[in-house]
Amino acid sequence: MLGRTANGLFWMYRYLERAENTSRLIETGQRIALTRSGVSDDEWRPVLQSAGGAPAYDAMHDAVTRDLAIDWLLRSPDNPSSVLSAVAAARQNGREVRTALTEEVWEATNGAYMTIKKLLARKVQDRDLPEVLASIRQHTALVRGATHGTMMRNDIYDFSRLGTFLERGDNTARILDVKYYVLLPSAMSVGSSIDNVQWDSILSSVSARGGFRMAFGNAGGARDIAQFLILDRRMPRSLAFCVGKILDNLGYLISDYGFRGEAIDHAEALAEHCMSTDIDAIFDRGLHEYLQDVLLRLGMLGRQIEIDYRFSG
Amino acid sequence: MSEIRHFDEMWGRTEEVRGPYRELDGWIKGEDPARLRAKQREAEELFRLTGITFNVYGRDEAEERLIPFDIIPRIMSGAEWRKLCRGIEQRVRAINQFLYDIYHRQEIIRAGRIPAEMIERNAAFLPQMCGVNPPGGIYTHIVGIDLVRTGEDQFYVLEDNARTPSGVSYMLENRETMLHMFPELFAQNKVRPVSNYPTDLRRSLAACAPTMTTGRPTVAVLTPGIFNSAYFEHAFLADQMGVELVEGQDIRIIDGRVAMRTTCGYKPIDVLYRRVDDDYLDPLNFRPDSQLGVPGIMDVYRAGGITIANAPGTGIADDKAIYSYMPDIVEFYTGERPLLENVPTWRCAEADAFAYVREHLHELVVKEVHGSGGYGMLVGPTATKKDIAEFRKKFEARPANYIAQPTLSLSTVPIFNRAGLTPRHVDLRPFVQVSPQGINITPGGLTRVALKKGSLVVNSSQGGGTKDTWVLDD
Amino acid sequence: MRLNIRHVTTYSFEDPVAYGLQQLRKTPKSTWGQTVTEWQTDVAGGAKEVSFEDHHNNVVELISFERQATKVVVTSTGVVEIDDTAGVMGKHKGPSPLWLYLRSTPLTHVGPGVRALVRTAREADSDLDKLHKLMAAIRDVVAYEVGSSYPDWTAEQAIEEGRGVCQDHTHIFAAAARELGFPARYVSGYLMLDDRLAQDAMHAWAEAHVDGLGWVGFDVSNSISPDTRYVRVATGLDYHEAAPVTGTRIGGADETLRVDIEVAQQ
Repeated sequence: MLGRTANGLFWMYRYLERAENTSRLIETGQRIALTRSGVSDDEWRPVLQSAGGAPAYDAMHDAVTRDLAIDWLLRSPDNPSSVLSAVAAARQNGREVRTALTEEVWEATNGAYMTIKKLLARKVQDRDLPEVLASIRQHTALVRGATHGTMMRNDIYDFSRLGTFLERGDNTARILDVKYYVLLPSAMSVGSSIDNVQWDSILSSVSARGGFRMAFGNAGGARDIAQFLILDRRMPRSLAFCVGKILDNLGYLISDYGFRGEAIDHAEALAEHCMSTDIDAIFDRGLHEYLQDVLLRLGMLGRQIEIDYRFSG
Repeated sequence: MSEIRHFDEMWGRTEEVRGPYRELDGWIKGEDPARLRAKQREAEELFRLTGITFNVYGRDEAEERLIPFDIIPRIMSGAEWRKLCRGIEQRVRAINQFLYDIYHRQEIIRAGRIPAEMIERNAAFLPQMCGVNPPGGIYTHIVGIDLVRTGEDQFYVLEDNARTPSGVSYMLENRETMLHMFPELFAQNKVRPVSNYPTDLRRSLAACAPTMTTGRPTVAVLTPGIFNSAYFEHAFLADQMGVELVEGQDIRIIDGRVAMRTTCGYKPIDVLYRRVDDDYLDPLNFRPDSQLGVPGIMDVYRAGGITIANAPGTGIADDKAIYSYMPDIVEFYTGERPLLENVPTWRCAEADAFAYVREHLHELVVKEVHGSGGYGMLVGPTATKKDIAEFRKKFEARPANYIAQPTLSLSTVPIFNRAGLTPRHVDLRPFVQVSPQGINITPGGLTRVALKKGSLVVNSSQGGGTKDTWVLDD
Repeated sequence: MRLNIRHVTTYSFEDPVAYGLQQLRKTPKSTWGQTVTEWQTDVAGGAKEVSFEDHHNNVVELISFERQATKVVVTSTGVVEIDDTAGVMGKHKGPSPLWLYLRSTPLTHVGPGVRALVRTAREADSDLDKLHKLMAAIRDVVAYEVGSSYPDWTAEQAIEEGRGVCQDHTHIFAAAARELGFPARYVSGYLMLDDRLAQDAMHAWAEAHVDGLGWVGFDVSNSISPDTRYVRVATGLDYHEAAPVTGTRIGGADETLRVDIEVAQQ
């Protein structure tokens, strides 16, 4: 496979994952706004931070308002992580690597782009928002489904998966980091209603409310949430799950290609330092410091993958 | 039906349905027009989803557009097709011999069959090809011969596409779409398949691999990138052949070979089907400002380390001024009379021709010698007085830049539109593969149709559409 | 005459080169009056990729730079025997057709300067006289001054400035000869100067094709036809096509180039 093709696949799936993550963040923000009275527009700032584009937003706008934030996250061409930008970038990368995709995957990707572009051609009205978000989710799910159902399990698939899980791990770590303080064990806030809302928002940002309830019933607290989203290998958006998948896919590439690059060392170090631990040790080390370390290591891992597999000349 | 002035391939000149169209005619009569209209819309959706788009030039922002597709197939009988094939084969063989000769001893010029200026002043002549022997002796691995029809037995060659004939993806996708939408039609008619094209092409290209190839030849398609108007076709062909689609940035010269950067290191390419023009192919040897090409590829080529398809410099054979000499070229190299006719052509560089053409602009088709895509062309009979006056200025300033042809009464094939079946002018581009193993012509080709009533310009960039093209297995 | 030649080109780069290719036209061939008895080109800091003969019949070698190279040294050494042919190089052999050498290039573009020179040479008895007159006329108008011109000067620019080096003289001659109807080409090669071993640079002269004689050499800078001190290395329509080195590279800023040429009688 061409190095440029591996690069295109990796980024196509990163962007698809990003589009999905961003739309989920909007949904969460919206949920909080609707379920709680008296929530100010300030609630949207952490959402912007989680989506990773707060400084760019501030450069464009004087204040955070609900309307502006939603539009920024959904449609802004100045925001590379907006749903529209990410879907367009995914499709652009898809065109680049068209020969590596099955017809089903390409058509699902192209179809997602065409529909979402149409849906987001104008500012989305409030009453249309739920439907638009649902449609975005449906379309990205369709690409995922086509990927699972039609793609050969070879290097093409491995690079797609590496892109997906690097992006997802990065996203989960960022969401946790933006609100890490609400997860800290603190006598003061335990059981207060503010926490419940904050916790709820964290869980729903990663589609984990149902999963968490299943695992912990209604009794779970901050510590359990952190444990669940960081170390629980059953949870498909947890850091440990993502790192596990990255290790798997790098392993497939190694046996397929018959050579071992350096990326696997980075991934193994990440697994050893950050995933083979328990949640108390993480709290002892400092949750924020821990998450910063994970983000840094994920970044380095991504760059090493690009080098190992000759993404560029 | 209104009065038929032109030969219609479905109704002939008599409104009696011609043989190859009989089954189709019966089928159409039994169909609900509303269903057909829905199918026409469905076809469009299919194309959009598959991404069969082309980028339009000359607009502020590159825009992806569809080439309109018409659901009524264009049908030829097996006998008609066989006759055409003999002519095409003869012509393609002559083109390859002509190219070899031009880049070697130029016997045809020594023999006085074509004037030396035709080559000397030709921008498509590539001096760097002088003395080069392409692997397998093949210059034009892929050729598209544009044909028009004016009567039951009258076919003319309009143009030879010997550089990089495009449109083959439409031939294949048009058929896929028809099979998907109207499977019943293919049960009623025995239509020869076109779907072997990619497999045949890969085999044909592999057969031209350089002698230093070891094992199964590695074939790749070179594209200028996703912003090229024909990117879809490049990706489509690479995908269908199961070969890599490479860009200049993927390639380096390593160990005397042209090699592509894969995830496991550089891997040599044996045969490169390039969709990058000569000028941009190699910034070390041609235009130094090219970002699309592969520096040094010509060096490796001249050293025999890679096959480039089509060979650089083949443009000299599809130049419109050379075109007018094609009957002589065919005779000179094959010793036979040309089986396919040329459209009579005035070379405006010649004083007599110029004098005639300037007096008859309103009834002629005048083309730029080096133009393509229907740009810079005058169709006298349908042009306004103002168009002609404007064209005249350009024409008289540089007559040598033009050739002129009589306005042919191109055949029509019906399209399906709001009014039902309506005749529209068509042309035909069959696709030809050439290798040392022989010449292979895919049964069918690309039928382009001028969707505007009365229009003779079928180019997609000028509002043309396409049709599925059937050759019956009879 | 038997000449010993040693030609070393050294490239040094401040920043390492990521990827680079160079086309070398540094190998003389045995032709009319010239026999190459020994010749070798070595590359340090790079590798020879391919070698072929181009459309002017030049030996071309393509070399690539080693990854991250900061220094590349190309060394050519050899022995060439030269007979005196009074500048006559014989019949045109191809592979390019003779008419190709009537083509003008950007460096040999014909303007008022060249046209004026052509007028002075038009009135002559024979083809050879015309060309000799042309050679003399160019020498009158454009003084030979070492280091006086820029490598990208066109024939017209050198005439305007009234000075130039062998490259400029050759471009002017080729442009004017073509305007007179003679196929003409640029020759790059070595000239043994009698008073020294180390030469400053390669030399350049022109050849024009005269019916009956074939190619005939004219060294405008020295106002003579090449003799036994001249070694032909490469030819082309202009400097670009006959240049000893043409290259492209990624990275490798701040290049310094050093050329050492020695030509000695053996």
